[in-house]
Amino acid sequence: MSTVAEHSHDDHDHHHHAPSGIKRWLYTTNHKDIGTLYLWFAFIMFLTGGAMAMVIRAELFQPGLQIVDPNFFNQMTTVHGLIMVFGAVMPAFTGLANWLVPMMIGAPDMALPRMNNWSFWILPFAFLILLSSLFLEGGGPNFGWTFYAPLSTTYSNDSTALFVFSVHIMGISSIMGAINVIVTIFNMRAPGMNWMKMPLFVWTWLITAFLLIAVMPVLAGVVTMLLTDKFFGTSFFDAAGGGDPVLFQHVFWFFGHPEVYIMILPAFGIISQIVPTFSRKPLFGYASMVYATASIALLSFVVWAHHMFTTGMPVATELFFMFATMLISVPTGVKVFNWVATMWRGSITFEIPMMFAIAFIVLFTLGGFSGLMLAITPVDFQYHDTYFVVAHFHYVLVTGAIFSIMAAVYYWLPKWTGKMFDITLAKWHFWCSLISVNLLFFPMHFVGLAGMPRRIPDYALQFADFNKWISIGGFAFGLSQLIFLALLIKACKKEGEPVSDRVWEGAEGLEWEQLPSPAPYHTFETPPVVK
Amino acid sequence: MSKIVSGATKLLSILVAVPAFADAEVGELEWNLRKGVTNISSDVYDLHMLMFWICTAIGVVVFAVMFYSMFFHRKSRGAKAANFHESVKVEVAWTVVPFLILIGMAIPAANTLIAMEDVSEPDVTVLVTGSQWKWHYKYMDNDVEYYSLLATQQEQINNKFDKGENYLLEVDRPLVIPTGKKVRFLVTSDDVIHSWWVPDFAVKKDANPGFINEAWTRVNEPGIYRGQCAELCGKDHGFMPVVVIAKEPAEYDAWISEQEEIQRKAKEEEQKLLALNMSMEELMEVGEKVYLASCAACHMPTGQGLPGVFPALKGSEMVTQDIPAHIDIVLNGKTGTAMQAFGKQLSLRDIAAVITYERNAWGNNTGDMVQAKDVNAALTGN
Repeated sequence: MSTVAEHSHDDHDHHHHAPSGIKRWLYTTNHKDIGTLYLWFAFIMFLTGGAMAMVIRAELFQPGLQIVDPNFFNQMTTVHGLIMVFGAVMPAFTGLANWLVPMMIGAPDMALPRMNNWSFWILPFAFLILLSSLFLEGGGPNFGWTFYAPLSTTYSNDSTALFVFSVHIMGISSIMGAINVIVTIFNMRAPGMNWMKMPLFVWTWLITAFLLIAVMPVLAGVVTMLLTDKFFGTSFFDAAGGGDPVLFQHVFWFFGHPEVYIMILPAFGIISQIVPTFSRKPLFGYASMVYATASIALLSFVVWAHHMFTTGMPVATELFFMFATMLISVPTGVKVFNWVATMWRGSITFEIPMMFAIAFIVLFTLGGFSGLMLAITPVDFQYHDTYFVVAHFHYVLVTGAIFSIMAAVYYWLPKWTGKMFDITLAKWHFWCSLISVNLLFFPMHFVGLAGMPRRIPDYALQFADFNKWISIGGFAFGLSQLIFLALLIKACKKEGEPVSDRVWEGAEGLEWEQLPSPAPYHTFETPPVVK
Repeated sequence: MSKIVSGATKLLSILVAVPAFADAEVGELEWNLRKGVTNISSDVYDLHMLMFWICTAIGVVVFAVMFYSMFFHRKSRGAKAANFHESVKVEVAWTVVPFLILIGMAIPAANTLIAMEDVSEPDVTVLVTGSQWKWHYKYMDNDVEYYSLLATQQEQINNKFDKGENYLLEVDRPLVIPTGKKVRFLVTSDDVIHSWWVPDFAVKKDANPGFINEAWTRVNEPGIYRGQCAELCGKDHGFMPVVVIAKEPAEYDAWISEQEEIQRKAKEEEQKLLALNMSMEELMEVGEKVYLASCAACHMPTGQGLPGVFPALKGSEMVTQDIPAHIDIVLNGKTGTAMQAFGKQLSLRDIAAVITYERNAWGNNTGDMVQAKDVNAALTGN
């Protein structure tokens, strides 16, 4: 098998009439190429959004206005959020899905390769539009990534149209990516790869794809309503015309809460692949993991108003959303317990992907705890819109989603390139990131509890000490990612020791057992048989 | 030994000293939610601590197990992997037990929430209206209303002066409420969504334009309580603090009647002044003050605005040509934009002065003078 595949790989590189250079990447319909494009795009966006976070942290380094004016500060917080959510985390997961789903289920490629090309290549334009709006007169979007009306309608400037257009394109891209994942998983599984044999990464991505298809149209709807309110005289969100600004928040969060799980379910899948490998023991409770993922996805549709407890809802509504939100901690807890049980009485080693996975389990759970606290409505009145919330969602998104993406990259990179990455650099990257990320986000809990609102460019003096440390942590975390950049460049240049086909001693699954390292350009042209 | 003793004494003195500093907000390192000064805020604090300790306990147990296995089940210690990977009993247990813990949290939380949302039978009602970027308070039972603006000097924000102890948390006219009485807040907005928040009362309520929200508090101790706008409301979101003074009921009664009297007299005075013309110097002097307090946040102290966001006044047609149009936009604002109606915010004299100032500052030099009676004429349609 392996030699045959190796041969076809060479065949492609040297004798095929495939385009080379830039055309190869523009025209590619290969799931591995597109996966690579998604991942590099996500990383560039991660650095771009990170640079904006550095501006924010520089301004907040000490009280007073020093570096930017408040209007630009608001643009930074807004675009930082949009880029990290839609430009970094989501495309990175789509990139991983592209690379891994076909290899894990024994398919030769994604089911809809041309659409795959299209769904990637509209993304850079979406973000060019968004970023270019920053250079217009009056600047880009400055109403927060949640773009609450009427701040984003009556009180925004004309660049809002560009913001709406770019969000539309991001949404179309996500929907196409999701359709591709679903069609691939439903139709292209190798013989014997039945539902309950699918790797958890495939399961979590399948469920994520359904979430995407369900809620991205809602996002498209809400930005369109915003567009017509601002430019075409409708009054969806304007009380003077019979609308309601709180309606905006209901529609937005009906998208926004499932979106949160879109950004974490694939992470659960990744961790569920990595922990068994380095514990040398099968995943504990595979079936319960699948059911827990599905329950989280279903519950995510009935908890959206917990983002809106202070908007003035009837007490019965508040109680419903409080209870429903608390319920989510049950399946999430099951996942964490299953990972710990997988490690229990294993034979554990601590390679880089495992270090990131363990950091994920601890720090994501911390973010889960603060999430449970935020679910408690009466206390949420105190936490809401403070740095406590900022701490919470950065723990689940940075040390959660992004750490899982890094774990995934370290885990599968040797399979992709055929070479072991620079382990020394990787260790530096891990430890610098781990320490700085906690210096960055942990004190945010304290300033939030002490009463510092989020999205302010200047603050009262009692918050000064913590903010200084937070900023230092922020700069350090930003710089740490340059180590990752160096490592990735080295890996793409194919530097490093060749690795075995299995790469990691305890790794199991089609990509490790039936494919050589590096995985050839075309894999599984004849489907493998899964026993 | 003596070191330990002196260390212990120091620690003790710090602990004893803490209550004495509790009111001083200057540079005090605060770590945790405040217990606040109402029964509700104290319940909220207790709930917060309950949640915190439950989460900590679960975390300690789960991570203790994880770190135990990370240490003892390492391959380098010769650990051989077991092969178990399923147990329905265990799965059921760790689904049911967390569920029971959740019920334990939900009951006290629901009780507190229901108490917080009971706005019935208030003793005093205040209408709180947010607008970019100030709060307006109107006492529903008395003829008293006023705006409350950030009092921190621009020079402190721009690092030209040293920052005062209540930097960004001070206003020109705080809200005053009585202690021991149920005070109901009706919260709304004139423009975008704001959120009125006083941590010591555990009250945070969104101010939605076109809708009225309700909240209430009953403050136990007299004092000054500070908070901030909690919902992103545009450029100066970080600069619209909330300050509330709670006074003993007798003191409050005296204060509110005094305010009623002052506001009644001011209205009379305003009518009398209509006959009086101010000089250019006077108008410009008053106008500059008003401009900096009410207009400069958007149109900037230089009159140049923020291109693409807030229009410039320097050299603009609006403030150099038609006087009635200029008066009209200041009085009534412009719907569909951030331009507010200042007719209800400023006195006739201040509006006249600020219009004169805008028409003559920054090289606009139109030489036009607008008097209070001109503004009054526009307002009353005469």
